[in-house]
Amino acid sequence: MLDLTNITKVFYPGTVNEKTALDNVNLHVNKGDIVCVIGSNGSGKSTLFNLISGTYPVTNGKIIFDQIDVTSTPEYRRAMSIGRIFQDPTKGTAANMSIEDNMNTAMTKGMKGLRISLNNERRALFKELLKPIGLENRLKDNVGLLSGGQRQALTLLMTVISKPKMLLLDEHTAALDPRNAQIVMNLTERFIKEYQLTALMVTHNMQFAIDFGNRLVMMDEGNIILDLEGEQKSKLTVDELVRRFKNLRKKTFDNDEGLLTRD
Amino acid sequence: MLEGIFVDGLIFSIMVIGILISFRILDIPDLTCDGSVATGAAVATMAIVSGLPIFVALLLAFLSGVIAGMVTAAIHNELKVPGLLAGILTMTMLYSINLRVLGNKANVPLLRVETLYSKLPETFKFLPAEWASLVGTLLVVLLVKELIDIFFRTDLGVSLGAMGGNEQMVISLGSNPKVLKLIGLGLSNGLIALSGGLLAQYQGFADANLGTGMVVQGLAAIMLGEFLFSTNRISLLTLRAIFGAIIYKGLMFFGRKYGYLIHITPNDFKLLTGILVIASLFIAQTRSAASSAGAKKKAIARSLEKHEGDKEAKGNA
Ligand SMILES: Nc1ncnc2c1ncn2[C@@H]1O[C@H](COP(=O)(O)OP(=O)(O)OP(=O)(O)O)[C@@H](O)[C@H]1O
Ligand SMILES: [Mg+2]
Repeated sequence: MLDLTNITKVFYPGTVNEKTALDNVNLHVNKGDIVCVIGSNGSGKSTLFNLISGTYPVTNGKIIFDQIDVTSTPEYRRAMSIGRIFQDPTKGTAANMSIEDNMNTAMTKGMKGLRISLNNERRALFKELLKPIGLENRLKDNVGLLSGGQRQALTLLMTVISKPKMLLLDEHTAALDPRNAQIVMNLTERFIKEYQLTALMVTHNMQFAIDFGNRLVMMDEGNIILDLEGEQKSKLTVDELVRRFKNLRKKTFDNDEGLLTRD
Repeated sequence: MLEGIFVDGLIFSIMVIGILISFRILDIPDLTCDGSVATGAAVATMAIVSGLPIFVALLLAFLSGVIAGMVTAAIHNELKVPGLLAGILTMTMLYSINLRVLGNKANVPLLRVETLYSKLPETFKFLPAEWASLVGTLLVVLLVKELIDIFFRTDLGVSLGAMGGNEQMVISLGSNPKVLKLIGLGLSNGLIALSGGLLAQYQGFADANLGTGMVVQGLAAIMLGEFLFSTNRISLLTLRAIFGAIIYKGLMFFGRKYGYLIHITPNDFKLLTGILVIASLFIAQTRSAASSAGAKKKAIARSLEKHEGDKEAKGNA
């Protein structure tokens, strides 16, 4: 479904600030894969997502999505089939608009026309869809009134109903308190199953990365240093993961800085 | 006499709705306005002088504004310059263009030709002339308001509003923000130019300097309106803009009439308008500071609670 070939990203090339964020990365994601991406701060996880979704152009390499070369396709076009959720809950919704307008914008993905597609039938549907996140009676409320957790849950729902083929989740629960993070994560799991999505998810929680999904990718200094699947992954333990990292990199996790938590 | 304030205010309100679209809905501080209002006046005037029907003249004025707005959007989109600078560039270029449109004259009168405001008293014969102008202008404004209200309820209109609130979201949902900005700024300046076209007919001439300071006046009107009531519904936003425009023109009228009592002359109006905007900003800021102080208190309370919870959890472990 997604094929990254020799992807390199260099920021500010040729200046003193030159920074290689991704160094010749290759990744193949199959349809239905649920990939957890881990790695310490600055290892290039967000950059990888930015390149897949088209926020930044690649410095070198090729991105094939669904058999189509999208390397130079603008972000808004790729967004038609790649749904993305950011860490910041304010990024996925428009605070100045009502929940129903936000939902409707997601429902009519793509360039909009002069139709008024928000009708009572749609509202009834939205009410139904909003039940799992407990917002079914707040269709007319401005999104700005919602809490971070509610907003992120709404973003997730909106992204899902916009029917992407692939979901990119970049620490989408990191800005939430533990309880809300749990709620949003449960929803994520539920929606991925319900809508049979392919997903890439960045997390800093190693145990979670081991338990969730069918694949685990570890990044370090702009490289993918570990890519485990199925059996190999499910048998993994946190200690084993740390040991393999040390062997591969001949260095230790800087646990405070690295923000990699064990559970 | 008082009818005059209302006609003036209603014509002005179309421009204020245009500024509402750029500044408030799209969240782009667009200064093209100072140029495009004069372009609208110039285009409408020259069209009427050359014998075109009034309706066509107004349509051409609207279209000239659409083009001006699109030029600003294109500069902003393609050269990645801030909207503010893009608007200033277009506005400055328009000054020369407006003089060209007016045949290299700074001022072209609409004498001895039929204009909307010579026709209206004929159409509404049963009304006094001033009232006929008022009724006619009101009908135009209501029509424009209705069309804008409908437009911003369509999927396209809603996504313009969404872009103003959060550009990333619009991109993530598959719309091209460049196209949305072309449409939004085009519409905004189209209305502004339409307002200029009406104004030229009402005052009986087009003037290349007509637009100086218009954005600030429009902002003042929007802010005056915002004191009336708060809303996020488009029909009430446009209504508020219309009220604000009329109130602003009313204030200016009384300033002109009674200002001499406190030694204020029309020369001081731009200063006073600026001060009005600053005062409105100040009041709005104090208001939001007050509400965010409340929010801050709550946040601190929440975090204290959480710390207590954490301590307990540690104690249990
Ligand atoms: N827009 C940018 N301009 C310049 N450098 C950047 C930019 N974005 C990322 N980088 C650099 O690229 C490297 C990888 O950053 P990236 O954000 O991808 O890391 P990450 O793995 O997502 O880290 P974190 O866990 O902190 O989110 C970092 O050194 C960062 O400074
Ligand atoms: Mg990151």
